[in-house]
Amino acid sequence: MLSRTAENLYWLARYVERAEYLARTIDATLRVTALPAAYIGKTNEWDSALLTAGVAASFYQAYEEANEHNVVEYLSFSQNNPSSIRNCIEAARLNSRSVRTALTSEMWDTINSAWIELQAVWSKGTSTREDLAKFLRFVQETSLRFDGSAYRTMLRNDAYWFSRMGVHLERADNTARILDVKYHVLLPEEEHVGGPLDFYQWSSILRSVSALTAYHWVYRETLKPWLIADLLILNDTLPRSLASCYGNLVRNLDQIGVAYGRQGPAQRHARGIRNRLEHSNMNDIFQHGVHEFIQEFIADNSRLGEIITKQYLI
Amino acid sequence: MAVAFDEMNIPGGDLRPAYQELARWLKETPPEALEYRRQEAELLFRRIGITFAVYGDSESTERLIPFDVIPRIMSAKEWAVLEKGLKQRVRALNMFLRDIYHGRDILRADIVPDDLIFQNPVFRPEMNGQQVPHDVYVHIAGIDIVRVDAEDFIVLEDNARTPSGVSYMLENREIMMRLFPDLFARHKVAPVERYPDELLAALRSVAPQSASSEPTVALLTPGVYNSAYYEHSFLADKLGIELVEGRDLVVKNNEVFMRTTEGLKRVDVIYRRVDDDFLDPLTFRPDSVLGVPGLMSAYAAGNITLANAVGTGIADDKAIYSYMPDIVKFYLGEEPILKNVPTWRCREPKDLAYVLDNLSELVVKEVHGSGGYGMLIGPAATKATIEAFRDKLKREPEGFIAQPTLALSTCPTCTASGLAPRHVDLRPFVLTGSKSTTIVPGGLTRVALKEGSLVVNSSQGGGTKDTWILDE
Repeated sequence: MLSRTAENLYWLARYVERAEYLARTIDATLRVTALPAAYIGKTNEWDSALLTAGVAASFYQAYEEANEHNVVEYLSFSQNNPSSIRNCIEAARLNSRSVRTALTSEMWDTINSAWIELQAVWSKGTSTREDLAKFLRFVQETSLRFDGSAYRTMLRNDAYWFSRMGVHLERADNTARILDVKYHVLLPEEEHVGGPLDFYQWSSILRSVSALTAYHWVYRETLKPWLIADLLILNDTLPRSLASCYGNLVRNLDQIGVAYGRQGPAQRHARGIRNRLEHSNMNDIFQHGVHEFIQEFIADNSRLGEIITKQYLI
Repeated sequence: MAVAFDEMNIPGGDLRPAYQELARWLKETPPEALEYRRQEAELLFRRIGITFAVYGDSESTERLIPFDVIPRIMSAKEWAVLEKGLKQRVRALNMFLRDIYHGRDILRADIVPDDLIFQNPVFRPEMNGQQVPHDVYVHIAGIDIVRVDAEDFIVLEDNARTPSGVSYMLENREIMMRLFPDLFARHKVAPVERYPDELLAALRSVAPQSASSEPTVALLTPGVYNSAYYEHSFLADKLGIELVEGRDLVVKNNEVFMRTTEGLKRVDVIYRRVDDDFLDPLTFRPDSVLGVPGLMSAYAAGNITLANAVGTGIADDKAIYSYMPDIVKFYLGEEPILKNVPTWRCREPKDLAYVLDNLSELVVKEVHGSGGYGMLIGPAATKATIEAFRDKLKREPEGFIAQPTLALSTCPTCTASGLAPRHVDLRPFVLTGSKSTTIVPGGLTRVALKEGSLVVNSSQGGGTKDTWILDE
């Protein structure tokens, strides 16, 4: 397939995934900040939301204070924030238009009708909490519908695999960023100061990767930071864990390698990351330092993005 | 201006035979039902994303072309005449182009004046002596046809460069079949759906000799911001070929390749929807980012077929248009089946004088214009506009031609105040491959939605209709 088509499919999937992740982050933050101060302590959750979205620096160039109004505005609707939900949807639509021929009509319809629907939101905004909640739900549903359409209607060929790679690379990045911002509340109990306040932080983390219920099913335990870290990093049954994302990335890259009859640096690099995740346990990770581990992962993950681009997309 | 020819009603109250069933159906169908389906059609167009961009319109970059749900109907007999005339016309266009870029018999015979060719900016000296496979220059032609009476079909324009609109012909039919299955059940309408297949066959048939037995065809688009982008992606999809932009192509050793995830892949035939000027920055406009550097040398080496060929603009130029009847006679020795609109060539002093004296009754067009931009419709223009145009004409008479204001035929159309006659034209699409010329029965009917308006161009507020050729 055309390199440009593969590139568009890959980015289209990333934009949709990112939009969903932002919607989840805002949703989770709204929940936590609605609690009385006594339950969440003094941390500014809106600041954390900006950090996990990776846009704190640019935010503070435009705004003074990270409060609900400003952050929701910046993450959802701002045209100046290149990765706002609005810009993600716009970019997804533009990418879809560029690769109309590689999309199934169901995928196109999902993106195009969401785009049409959201024009009204862009022009009117969300004046009430209810409007905002509806908007955030709509964005998440669009992503689900897009994913479902891809899964149910696309031919299983390189177009599908490039698109899935976009999803998993973006997803791994998002999960890693939450961990990066929140790692301090996940440290083993003897090491961190905080206490029962953190329960709400923990549930908020799980909520933003839609894993709160999953946690209980996997561990049958009350929320424990150690296990939360285990779930998000190493448990490959959770679709948003780093291990699961890399299981899928390796699989997709292998499928492309087989179809094209050759492998390259992208396959090797992805396998390297997956092996590291497979052979780690939480003990080692905490020994090594969660923060360092996550930062290395984020760098490795974005390096894989560069390698894929060089090997296939240009 | 004469009374327009009504394609449905015969003066005196009778209906033309092709419209009888439709008229019965309209009588049975309440206006609300029609309105409801009209809205449904609009929703479908919007969801499928059948939009076009209007240049210079900042308020909305993507708009829908209004779709009128009342079909325009022609009988098989009428179509037979039109089809024959179109084939004749396109054969002559191809022979004319072959001659202009080779022997130039027609110039020696003094049928067409030399300077109209050689001083014409759309004449491409690069094409002199260049062989094109099977001598086909115009693989896809969109000939604009109007009617002024029951007998004659008149060619308004020959579009021999990159005519657009065929996606509307196909999508209009799809949507009509979805919305009005009952109406189709009551008519025998000739299908149009084999157009993509015929187009692909035509394109493959003209692959260069150096191509493999399974030639690779690609559609070259200027990109998502082009007004006809939807059509480009639609056609690429229906043909099952790659939709490429200039940056996806690269020329090596005079062969053209596309950049794919598996490396470079050779391309043999390019259905290009990019104008000559932008095709190759090394040959034409150096500032073009839409083209492919080196494409013209691959073309000269005979390793790539461009459809349509480079330089076809010289055949559909409005100044050449007025010579078309002579061109048909010269090459084919036949009387033209399709008529021309009488045309005054402003470059000729006698004609110019007449045009200047009768501006308020004429349509004046720029020789190199298209899309309905930059034309004067005398009867509809204000005094000031006419005077401004008069100055332009005097300054550069060779840039214009003038024609009488034709009373284009009308078809019943949905309007705010119920069904009413509106002026229409027709653009059938004529495909020429190595062996044959084919036309799917129908074409794109464009309709001027404003009462009394004669401008059907989508860029000027025109709409479209499904076109039915009854297969009796």
